[in-house]
Amino acid sequence: MNGFNKYISSLYNGIVSLLTGMKTSITVFFRKKTTEQYPENRATLKMFDRFRGTLSMPHDEQNHHKCVACGICQMNCPNGTIRIESEIITDEEGKKKKVLKRYMYDLGSCLFCQLCVNTCPHDAIKFDNTFEHAVYTREKLIHQLNHENSTVENK
Amino acid sequence: MFDFRIVTSWIHQMLTSYMSEGWALLIECVAIGIGILLMYAFLAIVLIYMERKICAFFQCRLGPNRVGPFGSIQVFADVFKMLIKEIITIKHVDKFLFALAPYMVIIASILAFSCLPIAKGLEVLDFNIGVFFLMAVSSIGVLGILMAGWSSNNKFSLIGAMRSGAQIISYELSVGLSILTIVVLTGTLQFSEIVEAQADGWFLFKGHIPAFIAFVVFLIAGNAETNRGPFDLPEAESELTAGYHTEYSGMHFGFFYVAEFLNMFTVAGVAASVFLGGWMPLHIPGLDAFNAIMDYIPSIIWFFGKTFFVVFLLMWIKWTFPRLRIDQLLTLEWKYLLPINLANLLLMVLIVVFGLHF
Repeated sequence: MNGFNKYISSLYNGIVSLLTGMKTSITVFFRKKTTEQYPENRATLKMFDRFRGTLSMPHDEQNHHKCVACGICQMNCPNGTIRIESEIITDEEGKKKKVLKRYMYDLGSCLFCQLCVNTCPHDAIKFDNTFEHAVYTREKLIHQLNHENSTVENK
Repeated sequence: MFDFRIVTSWIHQMLTSYMSEGWALLIECVAIGIGILLMYAFLAIVLIYMERKICAFFQCRLGPNRVGPFGSIQVFADVFKMLIKEIITIKHVDKFLFALAPYMVIIASILAFSCLPIAKGLEVLDFNIGVFFLMAVSSIGVLGILMAGWSSNNKFSLIGAMRSGAQIISYELSVGLSILTIVVLTGTLQFSEIVEAQADGWFLFKGHIPAFIAFVVFLIAGNAETNRGPFDLPEAESELTAGYHTEYSGMHFGFFYVAEFLNMFTVAGVAASVFLGGWMPLHIPGLDAFNAIMDYIPSIIWFFGKTFFVVFLLMWIKWTFPRLRIDQLLTLEWKYLLPINLANLLLMVLIVVFGLHF
C-alpha cells in the first residue's frame, strides 16, 4: 500500500510541477520582449547604469575635475591604456604641486575591466554609457579625458 | 455549412463529360496529389515560421523580423536556400538506404497527413478503418529513421536512431490506446464519422473525465511520437550532434526537418479531429441561435483554428520542459502513461455501457 501511495503522490507532484513550469513560461510569453532593435531605437535607447562604455572624467560647471594625477589608475591598468602626463607647478604660496596636464586614454586597448575606476582614490573617473565607438583609424580612439584648461577641484 | 462535396462532385462531373471514367480518376488523383504536396510544403513553411516566432516569444525575444513584414518571408528564403544546397555524398555509407531514408520518413508523414478531414466533405483518405490506417502509416516513419541511423555508419546516428525506435514503439501504444478510448465512445474508426458524431458537442465535453485524460495522454504521447519537445532524444544536439540526421545535408536534411514539423501538425490535427471536433463548429445543444451563428464560420477555419491551437500547446510544452533521459522517457511511458491509459479505457467502457456520457 505504501508503494501505491508513493506512486500516486509522485504522479500528483509531477503534474503540479509541470503545470507550474507551464504557468511560468506562459507569463514570459506575454511579457514585454527584452530585444533592443538597436539602429531603429537609437533615439530612445537607454543602456543600463552599470554598462561600461567609455572611460570619462566628469567635470563640473567651473571646469574642475577631481584628478590629482597620482597615477594609480595608470599603474593598475593591465594593458597600459591610460597615460597620465603631469607637471610640477609652484602655487602662489610657493608650494610645489603636481597637477594633471593631459589624461590620455586609448579606447583601442581598453579591457573595460574597471580596475582604474575602482582604484581611483578621488572618484575622478567613471565609465559612461556611450558605446558607438567605430572610427576609421586607431589614432581617433585615443581620447584626452580632461577638458582644455581644466583644473583640479579645490577641497 | 458549405459542403466541399459540391465542389469535388462538380469537378468529377465536368471531367467525366469530357473523357472516360478512368482518365478522369487519374487526373483527379494527380491533382489531389499535387494539392496535398503543395499544402504540405506551405504548412511546413507556416509551422516553421510559427515555431521560430513562438520559441522567440517564450524566450523573451522577437524572433525573425527583418525579411518581409514581421519576418514572414524569412522561412521562404530559408527553404530556397535549403533547395539549392549541395547534397554531399559521404564515403562508407550504405548508399541505397542512406538515400532512401528521408523519402521513407516524408512518405509516412504525407500519408498520415492525408488522413486528416480538413473540412466538411474534404477528406482525401477516408475509409472505415481510417484511424487504424493512420496508426499504421505513421509508424512507417520510424523505419526511415532507423534506416538513416544505420546507413550513416556513424555512432551518433545509430544511437539516435535506436533511441527513436525505442521511443516510438513505446509511445505508439499510448497514442493507440488514447484514440481507442474515443473509438469506444463513437463506435467507428472512420474519421469523417468521428467528426460527424461530434455535431452535438465535442468529445472532450461529451466524454468528460476519460476523454480529458485521453486528450492529455494523447498530447504527451503524440509529442513523443514526433521526436519533439522534451522527447527529442533521437536528435539530442548536446549529446548526439544531430542524432539520426547528422550526416544528411541539403534537401535530404530538409525532408527530415519538414517531416518533423508536419508530423506535429498531423498529431495536432488528429487531436483536434478526435477530441475537439475537427471541422465541426462549436455546438451547444439547446442554443439553436448560437449554433446557427457558429455554422456561418467556414469548416476549414474551424479545423485549422483548432489544429493550430493544439500546435501551440505542443510548442508551449516543447519550450517549457527540459529533455528527458532515456530511462525517464521509458519510465514515463511504461509506468505512468500506459497504466493510466488502460484504466482510462476501462473507465470509458463503463461510462459507455452505463450511458453516463452526454
